[in-house]
Amino acid sequence: MTSNFKRRLLITGLVFGILSPAAHLSADTLKVGLAAEPTSVDPHYHNLTINNSMATQVFDALVLQDVNQKLIPGLAVSWTPVGETTWEFKLRPGVTFHNGAAFTAEDVVATMDRAADVPNSPSSFGTFIKGKTFEIVDDLTLRVSTEKPNPFVPNDLSRVAIIDSAFAEATTEDFNTGKAAFGTGPFKFVNWLPGDALTLAQNDGYWGQAVDWESVVIKPIKDGTTRTAALISGDVDFIERVAPSDLPNLEKRDGVSVYKSVSNRLLYMTLHMTDDPVKPYVTDRNDNPIPSPFQDIRVRQAVSMAINREAISDRVMDGLSAPAGQFSPEGYIGYSPNLSADEYNPERAKALMAEAGFKDGFKLTVHGPAGRYSNDTRILEAIAQMLSRVGIDTTVETMPASVFFKRFSRGGPNKTPEFTVAMSGYANGSGEPSHPLRIFIHTKQKDRGYGPGNRNGYSNAEVDKLIEDGRAMMDITKGEAAFIKATEMSMREYALVPIHHELATWASSNAVTYEHGALDSTFIHNIRAK
Amino acid sequence: MFAFILRRSIQSVVVLFVMSLLVFCMINLVGDPVDMLVNPESLPDEIERVRRDFGLDQPVYIQYWQFLKGALSGDLGKSYVFGRPALALMAERFSATLELAFCALIIAVIIGLPLGIYAGLRPDGFATRIIMGMSVLGISIPTFWLGLMMIILFSVILGWLPVSGRGEIGVFLGVESSIFTMDGLKHLIMPATNLALFKIAMVMRLARAGTSEVMAQDFIRFARAKGLPRKRIIKSHLLPNILIPIVTVIGIEFGTLIAFATVTESIFSWPGLGKLVIDAIINLDRPVVVAYLLFVVALFLALNLIVDIIYAALDPRVRLQGDDT
Repeated sequence: MTSNFKRRLLITGLVFGILSPAAHLSADTLKVGLAAEPTSVDPHYHNLTINNSMATQVFDALVLQDVNQKLIPGLAVSWTPVGETTWEFKLRPGVTFHNGAAFTAEDVVATMDRAADVPNSPSSFGTFIKGKTFEIVDDLTLRVSTEKPNPFVPNDLSRVAIIDSAFAEATTEDFNTGKAAFGTGPFKFVNWLPGDALTLAQNDGYWGQAVDWESVVIKPIKDGTTRTAALISGDVDFIERVAPSDLPNLEKRDGVSVYKSVSNRLLYMTLHMTDDPVKPYVTDRNDNPIPSPFQDIRVRQAVSMAINREAISDRVMDGLSAPAGQFSPEGYIGYSPNLSADEYNPERAKALMAEAGFKDGFKLTVHGPAGRYSNDTRILEAIAQMLSRVGIDTTVETMPASVFFKRFSRGGPNKTPEFTVAMSGYANGSGEPSHPLRIFIHTKQKDRGYGPGNRNGYSNAEVDKLIEDGRAMMDITKGEAAFIKATEMSMREYALVPIHHELATWASSNAVTYEHGALDSTFIHNIRAK
Repeated sequence: MFAFILRRSIQSVVVLFVMSLLVFCMINLVGDPVDMLVNPESLPDEIERVRRDFGLDQPVYIQYWQFLKGALSGDLGKSYVFGRPALALMAERFSATLELAFCALIIAVIIGLPLGIYAGLRPDGFATRIIMGMSVLGISIPTFWLGLMMIILFSVILGWLPVSGRGEIGVFLGVESSIFTMDGLKHLIMPATNLALFKIAMVMRLARAGTSEVMAQDFIRFARAKGLPRKRIIKSHLLPNILIPIVTVIGIEFGTLIAFATVTESIFSWPGLGKLVIDAIINLDRPVVVAYLLFVVALFLALNLIVDIIYAALDPRVRLQGDDT
């Protein structure tokens, strides 16, 4: 309520048109207001979205991802499979680090050694490095072998920022202070005042397209309304994550450009699909706990059809969501044109419930995080009302993310997932299409790394096989076909119920433009002068 | 006096110990930090690795024992998120919060005191009614709302002041602060005023109450009868008498300014302690939360002690407990 009030206030200011025009952009310094702040400048310290997107400004990886996570050449000009389990990377010649050192295969090996094992890392990059052997063929040729065929070596290596081998022993603190923060990226690191500003300068010797700014000051401005005010007053030239209620007015405003794109951030519901254990969150009309009704595909379909995704987009999300029927948004890796969001059809949902033997419905408690995703609590409340209309008498329980995720993954007996129905979110960071399938869809097999996010017990041997086969094919196009098939099969069985993809938003003064895609992070080098 | 300070210090240590036990146990009941730290795309053994590295696989009493051992040597643990000592992180942010609180306090006194005295001198004046009306607003309007209004007025409409951040930092006599540069002051003035508004109203009301009480007393009447100029009466007779309670309250309020500037810091993106601790709570960065709470407890214990001592010094009628033997 309070935040609504704040927004209305700002809108009032905007509508009356009494505000000064956005200040002039000085040609050489770009000021950017971001919603979050990296926890370190060390690119190997913390696998966190904001850290990674900042790292791409100062450092390069062997392989880069474009705004839609398509792989493009970075410090490697090409990569090809040689044999069943080996990839060969040809490195870019003539590249130098910001400190003047030349880039060679040596640096890649040193980087991998360091990045797999940074002390005190709260979330390491070992995931992308472990199980790979790096072999230097010559200065500009590198071979990477794995035990089993792995078509996603280039994807994995697109996540690891390459540093100069001279700093292989550098501490995280050395990076934060700038002593070791030398990459090959489009910007040079200047300094970082935590909580206040991160300053970068143009790398005029960049091997790719040079950036348009002599220097960039990146300020963390957490409050959405303050970010908008900072843009309008000319304090910053560019902001990310525009507060939804500021958006219509910013769009109408002279001197301001607004950018929107459907992001790969998916909001979904997971419905418990096994007999066991019987949980207190679903009961019959007389409050006796019953086995999960969602074992029946008809009940799962009824849930999906009872959800009015358009209404959620319109009334809860201020238009900033696109109804979803699968993990990927259109135009993104792993997208299947044969799947679309379920139509809202409460009559059909009621009929399906009756067919499944739940004519009188049942009572349900749904769980979700509060304040983690855009409007999460309000969305869940809306869904609860919609479900109640088709006979599933639903109560909502939300909690802080820190509490939610523990209970979500292991709050039940014997550390099993606690909830019967929960809402959560997902965004693919790796740019490879099997990622969500491996995490959420494949039968849970902890020791093999399959199904860590499969919390509802979904299991389909045929789908599992498609996923595993696809992940063993060095030919990615063939693999992708298997993944799309697995996606189609599992979505039609409601392995989980997709709700929507969030729209990512940015706004800037008219003096700049921004290239954007399905990633909701902000990449400063894509901000260009007009 | 010495016995009093000694006794209070021992009490403080006990309070700190009990507080650390409470905070440590309570925070261990909430969630699990690895869920907030480890990227969900990581391999399963990564979760175990982080748990082990951060000692989260140990029972709570062992974790607490480790913490106590560290605390006795001045180490309150490393932040999970930043990987740096919690105390160092806090020290880094402390100067920003301190200058904000300090400026807010000065603004509160400079504005609140004269207005309060004026209101006390002319209880029925028209201006007094406006001043007291404003003080009611100052006490009852939420800080974040006023903060946003200020941003809209001074930054967006008038374009005089920057919206957020700390601005350029200057060095004077070895002290780093944004007070020493023009740019820094421009950044500081709005959040400081925002933080001060409540305190202005408070100082104003204290000053008014004190003034009307003191003005009615015999020594003031005598001074007036003697024909002393009004200025002199206010300066030499009124002011010292109303200052004692105001100093006391300001001492304690300074603590609350430092400890609870969170809302103002969030709105203006001021890189102070408040922002640090809010993020730490959201991310379950337990060492930072524990260190912060202990710091706040220690701050209040110290301020209380200092205020008690100053009070005794200012007012000879007050004797400190433990002083009577």
